[in-house]
Amino acid sequence: MGTAVVSAPPRSSERKATELWRSGDQITHLVTLIFAGSVFVVTVLLVYELWIHSGPSRAKFGFHFLTGTTWDPVSAQFGALPFVYGTVLTSFLALLISVPLGVGAAIFLSELAPPRLSNACTFLVELLAAVPSVIFGLLAIFTLVPILRQYVEPFLKDTLGFLPWFQGPAYGVGYLAAGLILAIMTFPFIISISREALLAVPREQREAALALGATKWESTWQVVVPFARLGIIGSIFLALARALGETMAVTMVIGNDTGIHSSLLAPGYTIAAIIANEFTEATGDVYLSALVELGLVLFGLTMVLNGAAQLLIIATTGKGSKQD
Amino acid sequence: MNHLQRRNILNDIMLTVTGVCTFLTVSVLFLILGFLVYNGWRSVDWSFFTRLPLSPGEAGGGMANAIVGSAVLILIAALIGIPVGFMGGVYLSEFGGRTVPMIVRYTADLLNGVPSIVIGIFAWTVIVVPTHHFSAWAGGFALSLMMIPIGLRATEQFLRAVPNSLREASLALGASKTRTVMSVVVPAAKQGILTGMILGIARVAGETAPLLFTSLNNQYWANTLSEPTASLPVMIYTHAISPYDDWHRQAWAAGLVLLVLVLIANVASRWVLSRGVSAQRG
Repeated sequence: MGTAVVSAPPRSSERKATELWRSGDQITHLVTLIFAGSVFVVTVLLVYELWIHSGPSRAKFGFHFLTGTTWDPVSAQFGALPFVYGTVLTSFLALLISVPLGVGAAIFLSELAPPRLSNACTFLVELLAAVPSVIFGLLAIFTLVPILRQYVEPFLKDTLGFLPWFQGPAYGVGYLAAGLILAIMTFPFIISISREALLAVPREQREAALALGATKWESTWQVVVPFARLGIIGSIFLALARALGETMAVTMVIGNDTGIHSSLLAPGYTIAAIIANEFTEATGDVYLSALVELGLVLFGLTMVLNGAAQLLIIATTGKGSKQD
Repeated sequence: MNHLQRRNILNDIMLTVTGVCTFLTVSVLFLILGFLVYNGWRSVDWSFFTRLPLSPGEAGGGMANAIVGSAVLILIAALIGIPVGFMGGVYLSEFGGRTVPMIVRYTADLLNGVPSIVIGIFAWTVIVVPTHHFSAWAGGFALSLMMIPIGLRATEQFLRAVPNSLREASLALGASKTRTVMSVVVPAAKQGILTGMILGIARVAGETAPLLFTSLNNQYWANTLSEPTASLPVMIYTHAISPYDDWHRQAWAAGLVLLVLVLIANVASRWVLSRGVSAQRG
C-alpha cells in the first residue's frame, strides 16, 4: 500500500500553515536528494578521472596495451597482458578450489545442519569474510608460502612434474600461492549467498522429491541445487569479481615477476599487485597513466562481473519469493 | 536392492563430504586466529600501544602512531561516509520516486564492487594530485567511498522494513513528512541502521590498498591532516614484506590487534541487530 493520505481541502487560514509544512518537506527532500545524488556524481567522477588520467597511455599504445607483453619502465614500453594473465589465472585457480568447497558447505548448512548449528557456522563464515586482506597476506607469507616451498611444490613436481603446470623451481611464492589464498578469501561469499539461494527454494520441491523415493542427496542435488542454480552462479560471479580486484594478500605472495609463465609454481603478477607495488614509484606521465589504465581495465572487468552477478541473484531470490 | 544400496551409500558419502567442506571452511577462521595469537601475543605489550616504530635491528618499539593514524583516517571516513550513507538511504526509502532511486541504487552497488586499489587511484587523482602531497584527508576520503554504499543500502533496507502503518499513523496525526521520517520511521529502524554503519567502519578499518598512495605511511607522528599518515594495515604490510625479524614480530602483533578490533566490531553489530529484533517482537 502506498503512503497516500487523503486530507480534507484546507481552508485559506490553514493553507499557509500547510504550505509551510510542505516547504519543510521539500527542503528535506532536496537535502536527502543531494546526498543520494552525490553517490552518483562520485561514481561518474571516478570513471571520468580514470579515463582522463590514463590518457597518455591510451594515446600511445591504443588497444595494443592489452596485448603487449613487455613491461619496461626504462624504455617506457607498457603492455598489460602478463598482468591480465596473472589476474585471470590466479582467480581461476581460486574458484577451482573455492566453488566445490563453498557450494558443498552451503548445501550442508542449508539442507542438513540443524538451524542453530547452521546459523552459528554461517556467522563464523561471515566473520571470516570480514578479516582484512592484509591479514590473509601476513599469514600467507609466513605460513602458507613456507609450507608450499618445502612440502607441496616439491611433491607436485615429483608426481605431476611431467605436466607444464608443475615445472621449475619451488619458490613458494607465485600463482599457486596467490590462487590458494584467494580461494580462502572468496569462499565466504560463495557460502553465504549460495546458502540464501538454497534456503529460498520452496519446501514442496524437497518434499516432492523425497516422496518419489529420492534419497536426501538425490533430492538436494537433482532438485534443490538446480532450482537455486542462478543464485549459486551469481555467488560465483561475485566471488570472481572479488578475486580479480583483491590486492593486498595477492601482492604479498604473487612473487612480482613481469613475465608470462605456464607453470603454476612460477612467480607472476596481477593487475592489482603491480598497481600497489609501482604506483608510488612511477616516474613520468606514460608510466603513471599506464598504471591508471591498468586500474581502468580492472574496473571494467569487475563491473561486468558484478553486474552479471546482481542480475542472477535478483533473478533467483525474486523467483523464490514469488512462489512462497 | 543392490541399486538401492548403491544410492544410499552415495547419499552417505556426499552428505559426509558436504560436512567436511563446512568443517574445513569454518576451521579457517580459527586457524587464522590461532596463528595470529601464537605469533603475535608476546609482542602486544604496553610499548606496542605507546611507542613509535624503531628502525630494524632495534628490539622493542611500538605502533602508537599507526594506531592513532588509523583512528584519524576512520574518523574522517565516518564523518563523510555516515551522513552521505544515512541521508542518501533516507532519500531512497522515503522521498524517492522510481527512476532516481533506481539509478542511485545501481551506482551504489557499482561503487561497492569497485576494487579497493581503484578507489585508491581515484582518491589519488582528486586529492593527492591537486594538493601535491599525500595526506590523511586523501586516505580518509578513499575509505569513506568504501563506507558509503554499505551505509546507504543498510539505511534503505531497514527503513523499508518499517511498516507503512507507522507512517500513516504519524501523517494522520498531522505530522509533516520530515517529522514522520525523523521521529517515527528512523527511530523504528535505528538498530539496523547502526548495524550497517558499524559494519561499514569495520570494513574500512582493515583496508590497506586504498591507503597505499593516499595516506601513504609515516614512521613518526603526523602533526597535521595534510601530511603522510601511518595506519595499522599499511604498517602490517610494510613490516611483513620487510626482511627483518623484529619487524615481522611487530607485524604479527599489529595483525592480532587489528583482527581483534575488526571481529569485535562485527560481533557488536550483530548483537545490536539481534537486540533490535527481539525488542520489536516483544
